[in-house]
Amino acid sequence: MLKDEDRIFQNLYNDSGADIESAKLRNDWNGTKEILEKGREWIINEVKSSELRGRGGAGFPTGLKWSFAPKEVGSRPHYLVINADESEPGTCKDRDILRFEPHKLIEGCLIASYAVNAHKCYIYIRGEYFNEGRKLQTAIDEAYKNNLIGKNALNSGWDLDIYIHYGAGAYICGEETALLESLEGKKGQPRLKPPFPALIGLYGCPTIINNVETVAAVPTILRRGAKWFSSLGRAKNTGTKIYCISGNVNNPCNVEEEMGVPLKELIETHAGGVVGGWENLKAVIPGGSSMPMLPKEICDNMKMDFDACVENKTGLGTAGIVVINNDQDIIKCMARIARFYKHESCGQCTPCREGSGWMWRMLERMAAGEATPDEVNMLFDVTKQIEGHTICAFGEGSSWPVQGLIRHFKDEILERNKFDPVVKKNKNIPYLVDQHLLEKENA
Amino acid sequence: MSVKKIHKEQPETFEFSVKNMEAANKIVSNYPNGRQQSAVMALLYIAQRQNDNWIPLQAMKYIAKFLDMPYIKVYEVATFYSMYNLSPVGKYFFQICTTTPCMLRGAYDLVKVCKNKISEKENVLSEDGKISWMEVECLGACVNAPMMQVNEDYYEDLNDKKLEEIIETIYQNKIPKPGSYSGRINAEPVNNRKTLLGNKNA
Repeated sequence: MLKDEDRIFQNLYNDSGADIESAKLRNDWNGTKEILEKGREWIINEVKSSELRGRGGAGFPTGLKWSFAPKEVGSRPHYLVINADESEPGTCKDRDILRFEPHKLIEGCLIASYAVNAHKCYIYIRGEYFNEGRKLQTAIDEAYKNNLIGKNALNSGWDLDIYIHYGAGAYICGEETALLESLEGKKGQPRLKPPFPALIGLYGCPTIINNVETVAAVPTILRRGAKWFSSLGRAKNTGTKIYCISGNVNNPCNVEEEMGVPLKELIETHAGGVVGGWENLKAVIPGGSSMPMLPKEICDNMKMDFDACVENKTGLGTAGIVVINNDQDIIKCMARIARFYKHESCGQCTPCREGSGWMWRMLERMAAGEATPDEVNMLFDVTKQIEGHTICAFGEGSSWPVQGLIRHFKDEILERNKFDPVVKKNKNIPYLVDQHLLEKENA
Repeated sequence: MSVKKIHKEQPETFEFSVKNMEAANKIVSNYPNGRQQSAVMALLYIAQRQNDNWIPLQAMKYIAKFLDMPYIKVYEVATFYSMYNLSPVGKYFFQICTTTPCMLRGAYDLVKVCKNKISEKENVLSEDGKISWMEVECLGACVNAPMMQVNEDYYEDLNDKKLEEIIETIYQNKIPKPGSYSGRINAEPVNNRKTLLGNKNA
């Protein structure tokens, strides 16, 4: 288990308060000016050598992302945008950072905006997190009052303004270009990439978009050194991560652990074990609902980091672990996730708009045992036709969980769905095309 | 995207109150010059709050003029995002999360209670006109499942009995306390905490 002193988010459970005095006791804002004085190059290199990867789902190296921002500010200003539109089912880590560690986030914003030459920072919070946003605003006001941000922040000569922008309940706005569209006051429909936001982003200006957890981790990394951070976990999968363990466990919780911690240890030690014991485990969704699920056999020896997840044909995503035990109907669970994606598709690309509804309806029928056996392959085919044929990654996000279900639980679906479409006797099934044949005699 | 119905009876006019006008101007100033369109989402919230938690068409027209943008663009935004109510909802608007992590822990029991205690159908007011409810997608408090949102507050770690109590409290004109209903602090594991104990005992 990770040592307590190595945890970045000391106030994850709000033991000591989120105000600036308590935050300073936790070492926030300590030596921030000295960090800024070391210069842009140093900050970006230090983040690069810490091998910090974005915590929002895609796992893109943060230092590299920052280095994409143009070195000199041209005619267009730079922007820093923080993605706090956390809507992935199974994930609720950013909420606790916004509530209880807002000063880590604000300090991270100052450092990040300095590193990418931005004087304005927008924090895009999902609309449902109204109270969390209010707490963050209180912290921002405190920071302004103490000259930690604002004009000539910390007397470092750097100006930074931070604004909160509320979303309004659209999952797709967690996608970075949809988020920018939403920030510009439009429908949240993703843009084509390239051009990437680092060159043409918010209002057509260079924009760096980072997840809350990523930015909030940066100050601690710079204070304690990239070496400390990269000594945790393993190469390319370094540091700590907040895991959210939900579903059929005895004590669902958020917990910060080292990267690469065994899945079993997370569930058994921190979350009090699976309801009904480890043997009662059916499957685990390791990284928020868009990642394919894993059956118990793989979960036994699974390590939780980016590369280990990819080896098992899934992904770490946001590390929202959803545990499903044998008391649940796994097909129904996936049908509910498919309904989520149907509801949240932005409607821009046809394969996703139509396909997400198809997947949901087919899965609902499979859960009820009304599908034919060859429909399972048809469903798999549908997922393959959505994946990779859309503007943003929502297509993958909606089809991967269904693929995961078919990959690991195909037998179970087949066992339940033995419906034979050939009509042998006159049953009243309205959706069958050859119903009219039955009206003939001796049919 | 959900289907959103525009309410049949629309008010004739809409105007920001003096206080809201101030707030709206402040929000517009958060964005660069000429980019006032960015404020449309925040302004729709203000309109929604001013107009008993729903947005009439007149408000969209008003905001379009206010921000100097086409009316259809405001309409697009208001119909795209699910948190804008285009027809009246109860004074207490129950949003029950039923996405998989909540469903695994019994969110549909909560839905049953709502059907019994509030109204048979979603988005229909209860008999005294105070409460309406609907199923929503993930609200981002999965480790505190099952949970719901009433107006701006989260009610977490619920079960059918606790939800019944909450509804009764509201019927008695009291506001129930938001937060976790299992007695735990925020997102910590109940009775099983192994981390950051030094902070807890400090």
